Amino acid sequence: MAFDWLQEGRGVAIATVIETWGSAPRRSGSHLIVDQEGHFAGSVSGGCVEAEVIVAATECIESGAPKILEFGVEDETAWRIGLPCGGRIRVYVEKVS
Amino acid sequence: MRRELLAAMKFETDARRASVLVTDVADGAQFLLLASSEPKNSVEVAARQALLDGESRMALVEGREYFFTVAWPAPRLVIVGASHVSQALAALSVTAGFDVAIVDPRKAFASERRFPGVNLVAQWPQDAFKQAPLDPFCAVALLAHVPSIDDPALLEALDAGCFYIGALGSKKTRDARMKRLAAAGRQSEADRIHAPIGLDIGARTPAEIAVAILAEIVSVMRRGGARRR
Repeated sequence: MAFDWLQEGRGVAIATVIETWGSAPRRSGSHLIVDQEGHFAGSVSGGCVEAEVIVAATECIESGAPKILEFGVEDETAWRIGLPCGGRIRVYVEKVS
Repeated sequence: MRRELLAAMKFETDARRASVLVTDVADGAQFLLLASSEPKNSVEVAARQALLDGESRMALVEGREYFFTVAWPAPRLVIVGASHVSQALAALSVTAGFDVAIVDPRKAFASERRFPGVNLVAQWPQDAFKQAPLDPFCAVALLAHVPSIDDPALLEALDAGCFYIGALGSKKTRDARMKRLAAAGRQSEADRIHAPIGLDIGARTPAEIAVAILAEIVSVMRRGGARRR
């Protein structure tokens, strides 16, 4: 799908779950694909952190620099973007160029 | 990720071969390791193991963090026999992400009207598999309930090493099939066949039987069917 989007001339970033601890909704290797306008396909969680990842992904499409995001209950922003299931995940976000 | 790497992964999966993308998460450096390539260093050895396990994962190799993105070809489900159960199984399996094909030489059964939008092959299995060969990433569900259609497909599925082979039929039908297999000198392969087909969930209708079959296929694919029955 990422490839199809590229063929359409869209800027594309891929977010990948690279590590999980405890109970996490999507396993390592799960992908969320995002374009420069924030359209997305796939998932990295049950929907709890997608919004944050999409914002990071659109920034990544502009800057071109990969980054790692972490989400979990120990996070100080837990109330905002925590995982209700109590797990922790790390997400790698990269632009396809 | 470079666009060429994504294209190369797609090329491999389209050719029904596995590959693994190796990412150094600290600096973003990446390369693709093919199923056919010999690992040349400790990172490639770890990546190859992930590929064989079919599991994307993180690894710490010589103090650096790598992520291995394993790309397997889409699992393919070949349904032999265009029956009522096949109609439900085709629809469910497409939703579950399988690349589905129906094989049945009886054109009255394998009709576009009965299977809208499904890849239909109105040929004998042995002819159908010449054009689209079976491989280890295939599951085969034998649902024709007619030995002249099911049996040739069964032998080809065994030869190709398909990860799942299931055959519809009562215990009596299964025993008759075993006798034919023994007559062909292939009795030792009998335990690779899931029969009666599907997890025992008390399914009654064709759609419920399809759920039982799909659940069994997923269970074999994801954990070797360890908890089956």
